[in-house]
Amino acid sequence: MHWIDFTSPHSVREAVELLNDANGSARVLAGGTDLLVQLRGGRFDDVNLVVDGKNIPELNEITYDPEGGLTLGAAVPCYRIYGNAAISRAYPGLIDSASLIGGTQIQGRASFGGNLCNSTPSGDSIPAMIAHSAVANIEGPDGHRHVAVEDFCTGPGSNVLGRGEMLVSISFPAPTSGFGANYMRFIPRNEMDIAVAGAGTSVVLDGDTIKSARVALAAVAPTPLYVSAIGDAIAGKPANDDTLAEAGQMAKDAATPITDMRGTIEYRKHLCDVLTRRSLQIAIDRAKENA
Amino acid sequence: MPGKTYVQTRINGEPVDFLAEPRQSLLECLRDVIGLTGSKEGCNDGNCGACTVEMDGRIVTSCLVLGVEAEGSDITTIEGIAEGSELHPVQQAFLENAALQCGICTPGFIVATKALLDHNPDPTEHEIRFWLANNLCRCTGYDKIVRAVQDAASRMQEASA
Ligand SMILES: Cc1cc2nc3c(=O)[nH]c(=O)nc-3n(C[C@H](O)[C@H](O)[C@H](O)COP(=O)(O)OP(=O)(O)OC[C@H]3O[C@@H](n4cnc5c(N)ncnc54)[C@H](O)[C@@H]3O)c2cc1C
Ligand code: FES
Ligand code: FES
Repeated sequence: MHWIDFTSPHSVREAVELLNDANGSARVLAGGTDLLVQLRGGRFDDVNLVVDGKNIPELNEITYDPEGGLTLGAAVPCYRIYGNAAISRAYPGLIDSASLIGGTQIQGRASFGGNLCNSTPSGDSIPAMIAHSAVANIEGPDGHRHVAVEDFCTGPGSNVLGRGEMLVSISFPAPTSGFGANYMRFIPRNEMDIAVAGAGTSVVLDGDTIKSARVALAAVAPTPLYVSAIGDAIAGKPANDDTLAEAGQMAKDAATPITDMRGTIEYRKHLCDVLTRRSLQIAIDRAKENA
Repeated sequence: MPGKTYVQTRINGEPVDFLAEPRQSLLECLRDVIGLTGSKEGCNDGNCGACTVEMDGRIVTSCLVLGVEAEGSDITTIEGIAEGSELHPVQQAFLENAALQCGICTPGFIVATKALLDHNPDPTEHEIRFWLANNLCRCTGYDKIVRAVQDAASRMQEASA
């Protein structure tokens, strides 16, 4: 690895100043499970300053209240997410993602904030966060702004963060009764692989009727893909196989994957159909438990 | 170009201070600066688990931690698993079950297994395999490793009964 400097600021203000002064030659460090690999691999040869986010209180906090919802600090690692009883009850889709990113050691470090800022289409936490209506809380030299997670990534490895900006936390609304969510991906092994395709879904049920739904897909477009049309189409319909088949078909149509070593276009589109149906079914089952 | 950073840690129960270049991984610091060469480098990108150490109560791949990030932390490496000349039950079980061949993966497996049994003394085979999914072994085919972990679990339960 080329020479880097390391700094560990204790406030968001300080970190933003450092990033702004560095003008693109600094990167924020959360768990490092992407960043260190990329620094070694030569992707960030222009980077000469690593700004550790883990000593900034806002990036490390998990705050939840049943009315206000959840705020997840950008550097909170996966194990703290699935180890949190309130999150596992109210935000099941986040638990699914946190428990399948990497293995035990990676989960000890990897954060959802890092997953989002790394902005790969296959990032496993991103569709789950979209399904849970997440909002990215960004701080920069001109103050803060809030961006819906579905609008955060702008291409493979790129996102809306501008000069001097950093992700502070991610906020999730409090789920209502009748809410259920899920994330699942397809990989050829049982663990430790990159998604061929993934689906994050959520529903709000009113009895057996879908009041609203959100579906987002991984690894089948240049960014994680929120398919808002599915929610529009299945709202008001019964939570049955016909409705799920319609959702699956729409997911398949919306996906614009590429062919690579993990799968062909055709295969990935097929997976979108299957994963969307299966994931919605789990979200529906969870919503019923939660009615 | 600024110089090295002074880092204060506890390693295997002892205070250890060292000088690290910010770009050096914790694994490099352990092996090349401190001289604890038990942790191995397999891939240097987080996949193989040969460099696994426990840091503040969680296992991590030390190749994906910067040495300077270890400031103030409490680390256990493979060198800290045995008690003096007495092997830890996990080490004894790996030996007796022939859970290693070339041995390069073994330090990582043992550190990860001890952490598993510390928090889940009686894991199922499924739990063992998922917990150890971040540790790769090219020699054993994993089966003997799983048997060794099960054996270690029963030894430790007997010892604490
Ligand atoms: C062995 C292995 C297995 C993996 N398995 C998976 C998997 O199954 N699924 C998956 O999705 N990913 C996987 N990954 C990739 C990686 O672990 C995840 O993307 C992880 O969530 C990244 O989080 P991090 O905290 O480690 O981020 P870091 O590496 O610290 O940061 C990632 C990027 O985001 C930037 N960044 C981080 N925090 C901020 C912030 N607050 N503000 C602005 N920018 C920021 C960094 O500068 C960097 O560019 C794996 C990686 C490894 C090594
Ligand atoms: S050397 Fe660290 S995981 Fe392989
Ligand atoms: S014993 Fe050789 S890699 Fe595991």
